Amino acid sequence: MLYDLLLAPFVEFPFMRRALVGGLAISLAAAPIGVFLMLRRMSLIGDAMAHAILPGAALGFLIGGLSLGMMTLGGLVAGFGVAIASGFVSRTTLVKEDMALAAFYLVSLALGVTLISASRSNLDLLALLFGSILALDDPTLVLIVSVASATLIALALGYRGVVMECLDPGFAAGVTRFGWVFHFGFLTFVVLNLVAGFHALGTLLVVGIMMLPAGSARLWTDDVSTMIAIAIPMAMVANLVGLLGSYHLGMASGPAIILVAGLIYGGSLALGPHGIVRRYFPRRHLEA
Amino acid sequence: MADPILAFEDLTLGYDRHPAVHHLDGRIAPGTLLAIVGPNGGGKSTLLKGIAGRLAPLAGRIVNTFPHMAYMPQVGDLSRDFPVTVFDLALTGLCGRRGMFGRISRSERDRAIEAIGLVGLAGFEQRSIRTLSGGQLQRLLFARLMLQDAPLILLDEPFTAIDQRTIDDLLEIVARWHGEGRTILAVLHDLELVRRHFPETLLLARDPLGWGPTPAVLTPDRLETARQMAEAFDRSAAECHRAA
Repeated sequence: MLYDLLLAPFVEFPFMRRALVGGLAISLAAAPIGVFLMLRRMSLIGDAMAHAILPGAALGFLIGGLSLGMMTLGGLVAGFGVAIASGFVSRTTLVKEDMALAAFYLVSLALGVTLISASRSNLDLLALLFGSILALDDPTLVLIVSVASATLIALALGYRGVVMECLDPGFAAGVTRFGWVFHFGFLTFVVLNLVAGFHALGTLLVVGIMMLPAGSARLWTDDVSTMIAIAIPMAMVANLVGLLGSYHLGMASGPAIILVAGLIYGGSLALGPHGIVRRYFPRRHLEA
Repeated sequence: MADPILAFEDLTLGYDRHPAVHHLDGRIAPGTLLAIVGPNGGGKSTLLKGIAGRLAPLAGRIVNTFPHMAYMPQVGDLSRDFPVTVFDLALTGLCGRRGMFGRISRSERDRAIEAIGLVGLAGFEQRSIRTLSGGQLQRLLFARLMLQDAPLILLDEPFTAIDQRTIDDLLEIVARWHGEGRTILAVLHDLELVRRHFPETLLLARDPLGWGPTPAVLTPDRLETARQMAEAFDRSAAECHRAA
């Protein structure tokens, strides 16, 4: 019974195993990235970036067909292009980063849709938007796992710099001339994770596995490293439960994973120490 | 005069072409304890921003012979709801010397504890900064500044929102820095405090109105002139062609 429920899908179907490995690898890197995005009040930046990446990936598809290389390259070029351009604009003009990013991703999106409709191709836009986690091939898995490993190493090395840039950017700029390296380095990994993740979850849903566990973790702790340590297993559980649920209930897998992440978020929102229940039923105050 | 740590050469700083500091010349010797006073909009904070490299001059230049400095802005970029403890925020003061990768030693951690104690926040080490009062946060920023261990220290209204007892403690720290030969520039509004604790003063009301020993600068007629400064920018102002 329990075997049928939890193990059989992975034992019997290789594509389920591959989906699980890919999902766990994405969780490992995307969740900490999401924590930092949230702490920088850039929770919606992932979404904007995803919209910027979409036309790049579509363009890659138009040029190279359903090829991992061309679609990844297209996504990277579009993502980095928008990140660099908006970083440059926000640092040299009065326009703030969110507006700069909004402008570039909207133009990128419009440009992409124009190109796609002009070419009248058979591009499966739904797969691009919502991914195909049950169809991960070897090269795609290697890409996902490589990006996850590189992200974890980079975050471990750059942890202090990234935290300082989030905490007090003005101070960070005063004590090091390389504050921007951490900022752009961080954005680089945001883009890399979105691009690697969209093969599995699609350009839009991949943002969900980045942000939902981060938001959930925030409700349980006030410590950044603990937050990361909570967010990663939450993302992994969402992947596992989402895959199994979609298998048994015959639902689409990508959305199911994000829905489970959403349930975890809902539970945290209700029950976390910084959540709703504590807010309305506080414990008695202390003496001093 | 010994080689200056800072020199202003016909310096004009401002916003949208309007000067906030107008044609300032001067040199600051190492070990100077200088108060900068003047009316709102007189260019005091602007001058510190310029020295800290946050604002490019409209004209003239700032010569800084020792770029390692500690700067406490009036309104900082600190994200107050960022989940970080008092101790960790103080430790960020070490990043100027330790960099973003260097290991922070046992003795440096002890120094951080000591600095937190000196600003009267002992026992707050593990508290989240979210829970601090405005004055307590300001004291914590002072502790971070101490750990920066910089030869040049810029303080922009450092005692705002701080109670009298703590101001006295912090002034002692300033005096100790002065004794250690550090150069300190502080923007202040409390003239009594300036007279008692700051040997040198710069009176700034867009144009420098006086710079030298405090008693010679803070005279009634000079202060009256500063009071007369028109704060609003003249929108029809012509281009300035004053010779250097």
